Amino acid sequence: MAQTLAIDPPAQASCARRFSVDGPFRKLCLGCALAVGVLMVGFFIQLTAASWEAWRTFGFGFLWSQEWDPVAGLFGAWPAMVGTLETTAIALAVALPLAFVSALWIVDAPPVLSRLLGQAIDLLAAIPSIIYGMWGLFVVCPLMQELWWRLGIDTNGFGVLTAGLILALMILPYICAVMRDVLRMTPPMLRESAFGVGCTRWEVARDILLRYGARGLLGGVFIGLGRALGETMAVLFVAGNVIAVPASPLEGCTTIAATLANNFAEADGLQRAALFALGLILLTMAFAIQVAAQYYLTLTKAKRGER
Amino acid sequence: MTTHSLSSPLPSLAGKTRPQTWRKVQDWLMQGFSLLALALAMGAMIWVLGTILLRGAEALGWEFLTNPTKPYGIPGAGIANALLGTLLVTLCAAVVAIPPALLAGIWLAEFGKASPVAAALRFSANVMMGMPSVIVGLFVYMALVVPMGCFSGFAGAVALAILMFPVIMRTTEEMLLMVPDTLRESGLALGLTRCRVTLQIICRSARNGLVTGVLLSVARVSGETAPLLFTALFADSWPTHFFSGPTPNIPVLITEYATNSPFEAMHRAGWGAALVIAVIVLLINLVARVCFRDKRAH
Repeated sequence: MAQTLAIDPPAQASCARRFSVDGPFRKLCLGCALAVGVLMVGFFIQLTAASWEAWRTFGFGFLWSQEWDPVAGLFGAWPAMVGTLETTAIALAVALPLAFVSALWIVDAPPVLSRLLGQAIDLLAAIPSIIYGMWGLFVVCPLMQELWWRLGIDTNGFGVLTAGLILALMILPYICAVMRDVLRMTPPMLRESAFGVGCTRWEVARDILLRYGARGLLGGVFIGLGRALGETMAVLFVAGNVIAVPASPLEGCTTIAATLANNFAEADGLQRAALFALGLILLTMAFAIQVAAQYYLTLTKAKRGER
Repeated sequence: MTTHSLSSPLPSLAGKTRPQTWRKVQDWLMQGFSLLALALAMGAMIWVLGTILLRGAEALGWEFLTNPTKPYGIPGAGIANALLGTLLVTLCAAVVAIPPALLAGIWLAEFGKASPVAAALRFSANVMMGMPSVIVGLFVYMALVVPMGCFSGFAGAVALAILMFPVIMRTTEEMLLMVPDTLRESGLALGLTRCRVTLQIICRSARNGLVTGVLLSVARVSGETAPLLFTALFADSWPTHFFSGPTPNIPVLITEYATNSPFEAMHRAGWGAALVIAVIVLLINLVARVCFRDKRAH
């Protein structure tokens, strides 16, 4: 700071410079910040324009048509949408209770252990999704096949269930991290009074923490939901990539993101437009979920000490 | 309260509505479930990392890291070109994203504050952080690959830059907000311009936090695959045509070798590449968390 002081010019010059530098600097910063908004709107415009042909050809029927026949030029979004929703539902059903109780334990744990576990959870979130995909493909799928074979069911291990389980593992750290922050914001007084009237730890968690932080916890759920919905690589590796509505959780399926990654390279014309239409559907779903997540998290953020 | 209820022991009173033993058992069960959940998460993490380590180590060697990729059957294949390509793409993404993202964060923290525009931009940044990366791939494909007429490493870098942008923007804002206002006021009182106060005092004081945010965002995108499938693609050559041709990179290499190849040798190379990218990502994470940890952050 001494250096800044030393080279400071006389007051008058500084005054003149304030008008010459500050205005442009401020505008430059604003311009950069506006880029986020422009990109957000750009996603929608770009994908709508690129998928226009598909919407014009199939109309809204595209949403619930089950056909996917590149030779006949017939395309529908229903199988990919069902696959996306089913894998996401399984992932959430598995990850949600686990994330909640893990977050509970981490919040209550001794500080050293709590920090260590918190960092391990962050590490779990940092592992690239392609690694989960590869692990799923070469480790989990054969394991599932063997497991079901012993139970007398013949399946190749790929499918909705495997994809859902791997997604659950991937979104668990995200949900857990948000829930941990939300649970920490509960006023200590409230918890202590509950303990004081003789509640057990679980009763405090269920009746006090869960209710006090309900909105923030819901925000965490939506964050996890958004992750699971748009995950590409892990699902691409283990879902089996069958463009059809899966009859059972053990059958191969595809999701919107996996369909995009798998078919984009060899697609052109109408099929490419149909893929962009799928992209637009995914964008809309993800956008809605993120808006919901941000809504619930904003309601609680003042309490979490965030601005 | 009558003397009767005072003299009667409380546990028996509670026992009528909720049996004490059941409450305790329920509590133990939930504690057990919590520990089980944590053990599951930690176990899965060790399982994933252990598998990568064991299988990747088989492929790893000096030749593997220094030779370029070759089609199946040619001896002496490695991943050096993909490694170089990944470094180039990530570096270029960082160069494209970091300066404007820092400025955007500065605007939110120093100028925008609670204004409606700032709130809207903050909101879109948060929403964009949760956007599927595959969408960004599609967007850049239409915005860059189609007009330029070719897949290129540069397009991949732009896609990664778009993913990094909101993350750096939001962490920058959070870090700048942690700098006490007295520091701003003393700078302004000395007659410095807002621009200089921000860049030379506020940013310098929040430096560790800013570096952490940038490093974490770099780590996050360096393992990102989906956008690169639509932009950088893959090639068996060295990344000489960064602006005009497909650029090899590790994540797409893993995808190619693991899903499109039936050969055991290719799978082994895929595991080796997976180990390399995992080590890179986790190392950046570690450096960011250990070396540049901001004491005020927690």
